[in-house]
Amino acid sequence: MTLSLGKDLLGLEPLSGEQIQLILDTAEPFKEISERAIKKVPTLRGATIVNLFFEASTRTRISFEFAEKRLSADTVNVAASGSSVTKGETLVDTARNLEAMRIDMVVIRHGASGAAQFLAERIESNVINAGDGTHEHPTQGLLDMLTLRDHFKRLEGIKVCIVGDVLHSRVARSNIWGLKKMGAEVGVCGPRSLLPSAINELGVSVFNRVEEAIEWADALNILRLQLERMTAGYIPSLREYNRVFGVSRERLDRAKRDILILHPGPMNRGVEIDSDVADGPFSVILNQVTNGVAIRMAVLYLLSGGKPELAESAKHAGGER
Amino acid sequence: MHSIAHIAPTMAAPPKQSTVLDARAFDRTLRRMADEIVELNNGIEGLVIVGIQRRGVQLAAQIVSTIAEREKADVAQGALDITLYRDDLQTVGPRPLVGQTRIPVDIDGMNVVIVDDVLYTGRTIRAALDELADFGRPRRIALAVLIDRGGRELPIQPDIVGKTITLDPSQRVDVLVEEVDGRNAAIIAEREPST
Repeated sequence: MTLSLGKDLLGLEPLSGEQIQLILDTAEPFKEISERAIKKVPTLRGATIVNLFFEASTRTRISFEFAEKRLSADTVNVAASGSSVTKGETLVDTARNLEAMRIDMVVIRHGASGAAQFLAERIESNVINAGDGTHEHPTQGLLDMLTLRDHFKRLEGIKVCIVGDVLHSRVARSNIWGLKKMGAEVGVCGPRSLLPSAINELGVSVFNRVEEAIEWADALNILRLQLERMTAGYIPSLREYNRVFGVSRERLDRAKRDILILHPGPMNRGVEIDSDVADGPFSVILNQVTNGVAIRMAVLYLLSGGKPELAESAKHAGGER
Repeated sequence: MHSIAHIAPTMAAPPKQSTVLDARAFDRTLRRMADEIVELNNGIEGLVIVGIQRRGVQLAAQIVSTIAEREKADVAQGALDITLYRDDLQTVGPRPLVGQTRIPVDIDGMNVVIVDDVLYTGRTIRAALDELADFGRPRRIALAVLIDRGGRELPIQPDIVGKTITLDPSQRVDVLVEEVDGRNAAIIAEREPST
């Protein structure tokens, strides 16, 4: 009857199209809360949320924290550097300690793929994946989809090309899973060295030239090129990357139609994206940031109802009050 | 929020139904409520009509159009979804869907009239008052409901009532509106036996 997300949000791959739709639709009314004079609703009053960030993050952590505070939850930020401890032991210990302090939800960012699921299986609290290794970053995928839907009024049938380091990108994976479940067509474009070898199995179109991607797409989601990829030998140089794969005004103008520009941030201006594109009329990069808070509020709200012992009483909810 | 699922024809023993307001009585009642709102406010100066999601919004729209007809002027209209302010959210399990809240004007110093379909326990109105306080400090907030069915659990009373009836907890009253249900009516149905 009533659709729910269950206990955790670990990725978009395990979700159904209906569940993704539920999150996107729930995010709509949450947009308005951030426009109010008093940007706060009492919904999660008394809930304690731990933001457990084993990897550096500014935007995602702040976005989650705003979302939590605007729902009246109490929040604690734990910035753990995972350098000196083995990951498995650290996570188990951390989880036990957190549970002992009677928390309700954990938002986790971790360098190891699967870390969120590892934690979710060991604690009763709701777990939200804020990025695990090269696996998934579901709230980023969702906020990208919300931004696309705001513009195109639908997701079904739109063509979205992900440009850049798809191989190492959890943002790319969450976008591919999510967009395909919602009926969008997905393309990827980047140097061969930065595309997964099994990319064809994901059911996406592969473009080797950014000009072809621009020709095909309604929207480009331009990934950040992590600078350490150069020293690791994936690309010859940043200038070379910009010359071949950089999204410039000149390249976009050749398409003779409007192409929406997304970027999950932080941007390397002059590498994967030129400034006149990032700040141009078809850039929705800041809309993505605004939508991020609404998406995270929606996820927190929906998961807070995911405690199984409450499912029974839910049958009697609704009706007159 | 009312569901009319309880009167679905698939039920083994269809519940007894009776009509409280048919389409004509419904229309007449709303027009009178619109007049009373203007009277209570001594005109339309500073008036903001806020409907509670879901069917309160349609009732508010009908009231606003009646006022526009009578007074030859537009009145500000808003919508309030109180889901995020409910006092039973911790116990209802899977989260209820949240509707849109729109307060298009600054309500500081204004005369706000909350419009809802049925007044029962008063808990929805308690939540609405809390939510409105997050938008500003109106000069006055009044409450107009189409049906007051009694059974209050909080010290909340309406200023303007379409029709007062007394029902026991085993009964429910459903308000149907044109835009959502295809017709305007208020009907009483027995609740489905609780399991």
